[in-house]
Amino acid sequence: MTLAALAAQLVNGLASASALFLLAAGLTLIFGVTRIVNFAHGSLYMVGAYGAWALVDRFGPASFWAAVAAATLLGAVLGALAERGVLRRLYDAPEMLQLTATFAFVLITRDALLWLFGAEDRLGPRVPGLAGTLTLGPLTLPQYDAVLVVAGPLVLVALTLLVRRTRFGLYVRAAAENRVVAGALGIDEARLFTLVFALGAGLAALAGALQLPREPANLAMDLPAVADAFVVTVVGGLGSIPGAFVAALLIAEVKALCIGLGTQTIGGVPIAFPQLTLVAEFAVMAVVLTLRPQGLFGRVATALPTTTLPEQRALVARGGRATLLAAAAIALVGIAGPLLADEYVRVLATDILVATLFAASLQWLLGTGGLTSFGHAAYFGVGAYAAALAARHGWPFAAALAWGPLAALVWAALCGWFAVRSHGVYLAMLTLAFAQITWAAAFQWDAVTGGSNGLFGLWPPAWLADRTRYFLFTAVVVGGAWSGLRAITRGRFGYAVRATRDSPLRAAASGIPVRHTQWRAFVIAGGFAGLAGALYTFAKGSIGPDALAIPRSVDAIVMVLLGGLASWFGPLAGAGVFTWLQDTLARTFDYWRAALGALILAIVLLFPGGIGGAWQWLRARSR
Amino acid sequence: MSRRLCTAAAALVLALSASPAALAQQPIKLGELNSYKQFAAFLDPYKNGMQLALEEINAAGGVLGRPLAIVSRDDNGTPGDAVRVAEELLTRENVALLMGTFPSNVGLAVADLAKQRKVLFIAAEPLTDKIVWENGNAYTFRLRASTYMQTAMLVPEAAKLNKKRWAIVYPNYEYGTAATTAFKQQMTARAPAGIEFIEFPVPLGKIDPGPTVQAMLDAKPDAIFSSLFGADLARFVREGELRGLFKDRPVFNLLGGEPEYLDPLKDEAPVGWWVTGYPWYSLDTPAHQRFLKAYEARFHDYPRLGAVVGYSTVKTAAAALRKAGSTDTAKLVAAMQDLDVDTPFGIVRYRALDHQSTMGAFVGRTAVKDGKGVMVDWHYADGKDYLPPDAIVRKLRPAP
Amino acid sequence: MVAGTLAMSGPLLAVRGVTRAFGGVEALAGVSFDVAAGERVALIGPNGAGKTTCFNVLGGQLAPDRGDVQLAGQSLLGLAADAIARRRVGRTFQVAATFASMTVRENVEVALRGVGRDAGLARATLERAAAADLADRHAGTLAYGDAKRVEFALALAVDPVLLLMDEPTAGMLPRDRRALMDAVRMATAAGIAVLFTEHDMDVVFGYADRIIVLDRGRVLADAAPDAVRADPRVQAVYLGEDAA
Ligand SMILES: Nc1ncnc2c1ncn2[C@@H]1O[C@H](COP(=O)(O)OP(=O)(O)O)[C@@H](O)[C@H]1O
Ligand SMILES: [Mg+2]
Repeated sequence: MTLAALAAQLVNGLASASALFLLAAGLTLIFGVTRIVNFAHGSLYMVGAYGAWALVDRFGPASFWAAVAAATLLGAVLGALAERGVLRRLYDAPEMLQLTATFAFVLITRDALLWLFGAEDRLGPRVPGLAGTLTLGPLTLPQYDAVLVVAGPLVLVALTLLVRRTRFGLYVRAAAENRVVAGALGIDEARLFTLVFALGAGLAALAGALQLPREPANLAMDLPAVADAFVVTVVGGLGSIPGAFVAALLIAEVKALCIGLGTQTIGGVPIAFPQLTLVAEFAVMAVVLTLRPQGLFGRVATALPTTTLPEQRALVARGGRATLLAAAAIALVGIAGPLLADEYVRVLATDILVATLFAASLQWLLGTGGLTSFGHAAYFGVGAYAAALAARHGWPFAAALAWGPLAALVWAALCGWFAVRSHGVYLAMLTLAFAQITWAAAFQWDAVTGGSNGLFGLWPPAWLADRTRYFLFTAVVVGGAWSGLRAITRGRFGYAVRATRDSPLRAAASGIPVRHTQWRAFVIAGGFAGLAGALYTFAKGSIGPDALAIPRSVDAIVMVLLGGLASWFGPLAGAGVFTWLQDTLARTFDYWRAALGALILAIVLLFPGGIGGAWQWLRARSR
Repeated sequence: MSRRLCTAAAALVLALSASPAALAQQPIKLGELNSYKQFAAFLDPYKNGMQLALEEINAAGGVLGRPLAIVSRDDNGTPGDAVRVAEELLTRENVALLMGTFPSNVGLAVADLAKQRKVLFIAAEPLTDKIVWENGNAYTFRLRASTYMQTAMLVPEAAKLNKKRWAIVYPNYEYGTAATTAFKQQMTARAPAGIEFIEFPVPLGKIDPGPTVQAMLDAKPDAIFSSLFGADLARFVREGELRGLFKDRPVFNLLGGEPEYLDPLKDEAPVGWWVTGYPWYSLDTPAHQRFLKAYEARFHDYPRLGAVVGYSTVKTAAAALRKAGSTDTAKLVAAMQDLDVDTPFGIVRYRALDHQSTMGAFVGRTAVKDGKGVMVDWHYADGKDYLPPDAIVRKLRPAP
Repeated sequence: MVAGTLAMSGPLLAVRGVTRAFGGVEALAGVSFDVAAGERVALIGPNGAGKTTCFNVLGGQLAPDRGDVQLAGQSLLGLAADAIARRRVGRTFQVAATFASMTVRENVEVALRGVGRDAGLARATLERAAAADLADRHAGTLAYGDAKRVEFALALAVDPVLLLMDEPTAGMLPRDRRALMDAVRMATAAGIAVLFTEHDMDVVFGYADRIIVLDRGRVLADAAPDAVRADPRVQAVYLGEDAA
């Protein structure tokens, strides 16, 4: 790579950095003030792109800038509506609940856009007057990119002025600093939050609209966008706008360099740097958060965020006779029901059981441990792959099945060691980063993991190959493991873990090593997730990278919240309803994602305690 | 433009029950699964194609005296869900066979399930070579020309140019890496010594076009081979045009001529690229004209390649049932060996050797006509001419 | 031998030149004092004087920038809060911290196990803290004063040689204050040293053997209650202000 080429790549990186910053600025602004992690940020970005496309398509390329403005406005209005309609009710809820609510918006937005615009990619025209290139010495830069290079810093300056120099900014800063104080100062918090949400959402839509000349509007742009925005926001330090700018610059330049470097031989080993772009941002995030858990410009949280629901503060179920009877009844119905029904019910029930164990392991982490993992699929996947690889190497079935959780345990021990050094959203993002890195390894390590295809031919031995037998086997293993996890939860160690969640300060003052305890909790969660993964492998006969991709982590979170963070039968209820609904909805209803989103919203708003919470409420009422 | 996936499935069943002959007999159910939401641009026309074939077959009295019915499911684009819906089709719907799937990983997972559950699987769209070779099995057959074959169709033109330094840009997953490997292998075998390849893998769906094009410019290649498609292709084309990457450089793009990927580019479609694809607007063989007219009459839209694939998949199932004279899996699998099927591209044969059909693709160059990208100077590359010698294929497949 | 004997006979707690700053503010600026075994010492000073910071340094919640803290001759520097708890230093917090999702008995059981003691001692511990009446209550739903009593029990659960109590009676009714402090006196009669802060001067002068006055991070006075009461400087910065 020559010096001129290097310089050219750095300039290219600037355009990407600007785009990234525009995308992330709104997210960090919203978080800084409202503390809501807005998962739907990528959806607003997508709305911006489609909105601009629709207008440009209708009124011609000359209307581009007007279309950008209109799309921005549209995003702002949608953001304000979402804040007023839903999020307002969730300001005091734990962050996981807020995240889940915004995730419901992701599902709904995607189906709405599919319904409105169809599935085809929508490429916008080039911008009139900016369709050509700019030549700077050896470098040819598209004029539009040059505009972007300027637009990022302009927005940075504008936002900084807004925050530093205006009354609105003063309020924003006050609210970001301390909500109670802001309220005491007579700031109308409700209005401020709506405005901030509108501004942040508008910025997301602006970023999407500005992207239109570079990228066709398409239905797959939301999740990658929000993942990027998260990474930039977290690396920069949540709530810090200059931080987001620096982080965007850092990540975009690292990526540009990776692409520019191409395949280089270092010490005799060829390294394909462009391959690293798949995880460059996550690798950057992992490094930054490990060294600076609060991000580059983030402030150390003085008070630990409380992440407990009222339901979580409820006492541990004493496990009296009634509970035992209920558990026995569930087991009986859960096994006898599928046996009496048609064969497919047993296939579905096997899936539900695997999901139950996975959800139970996450419930242990989220509910009992208060550790918000956003990348739990990593351990599910590692367990699944480890079992698959063992089976491929001719290990007996039982050994392969046991190796899955063991490997997941080891991996969780490694990732968890770093993760428990962070808290709250940072911990969630760090676990996400580890999961993405794990995913990328599975996706690209062709020789071992089969790459994007995965591994095949992994069926249980002949005596278990029958669907009914494998269902029964799964029921026994999941039943046993889940009981084991329950025993841990209710035992000494479970109490120690709850103690670290209830009050880390008090736990430490009582001789409990908080981090170490949390780390062990993380490892245990990883092990049980790994067992679920191993069972999954043999149920499906194959395993691929999707086993540890983001959607699987999200599904598990939704299942846990659906079932109830604190309810002992929550994992089964959540996994059962979620899997069954998805199976049925997908067969009978085109826009089942949107329906699922609506259902999640309803649960979050009406029953923050999930199905378990609703059950408690019903029982309390009937008394 | 709205996708009424399941309503459509219901409509299929209704359509057949409306015909009087159908009422007499229980339909033969074909189990179909695909990633309708993930790859809707391809699969909407695919669904139409299936429906057209189904209606034609049932109007002609069905198969074995019974009407056909398609039970369609969304596999969510993931192997795990695909296996589940396939199990549902097998256990609850008692389908005679499985067909469909789009991405390679899903196709391979369902192929493996077919082997485990001993049921015929007609893989419609997955391009991976592995599904008939390394991971091939007795129950799985594949319709579309594979990555290897389509690459092989472009190689003769590429080799003729006698270029030394090739830049290869590809989406970094099975399809892209397989295309890259096949291209390098076949070019090295044909081209002069000293041929060089510089690779530019990009994350699927997330190409960073500025830096990628810049890096390709810096590499100063003589020619370019790309296997990009979809949004990645659109971004690459626009950025490359702007920065003059394609000036005086021949470009080859696998699948680039498929309407699914060419049409969104509109008047910005590249000019003079060598591509594989489907020139429905100028393909005037009788078989295709018949299909084209029927399709346009039925759906008031022009067909995409997906429509041909869906249509031909159902035709394959019908032909297999007819030849087997039964819905018994062993007989169906036997019938699939060297089965000839009438498709819009002519007669294709499912080779007994490796279960790959000989369906070909069209090779030509891109041009812009009336503000739309089209293929010109094309010819049909018959699949059978672009497969490795039998002895090699035998070695690639696992022992049965 | 001599050194060993000295250490044994030295103070239980020795604080030496402890400094801790937050940004520009020196919350503690070279604080030194001793606490002997079994002694009850009050740490007083106006708001923001650095009392809580001092407790946090002693309890391992904060690391000092400079200085040393020794317990029975051994430095506590670099030890995490849980390790300090296992060296039998119990503490309460200015804002009562309990395990909200457990009953009071479970709270104490967790604390007992935290330092490797038998959970069966929960009943006895609660009785010592005069909080046995709360045993089956849900800690998350306790009135604030009751939570303070529970915290005292939790501090006792580490079987302390030294108790650190940051405003143990803040937010309590005067009657309950006396009851709690009586319990403290009873529980610590067996030779447990207590370092506590308090705003209620009746409590301070009623229970302390010695008083240390802190002002803007510095020790202003360190003497017997009567001497402190008479000290004009103390009156100026603290008592005067309090009286005003
Ligand atoms: N975590 C912190 N961050 C910043 N400043 C702090 C922090 N804790 C205490 N301070 C400051 O240190 C000084 C002493 O506080 P503190 O020890 O709480 O006083 P006291 O308990 O005597 O009222 C005060 O000026 C306070 O603002
Ligand atoms: Mg204080």
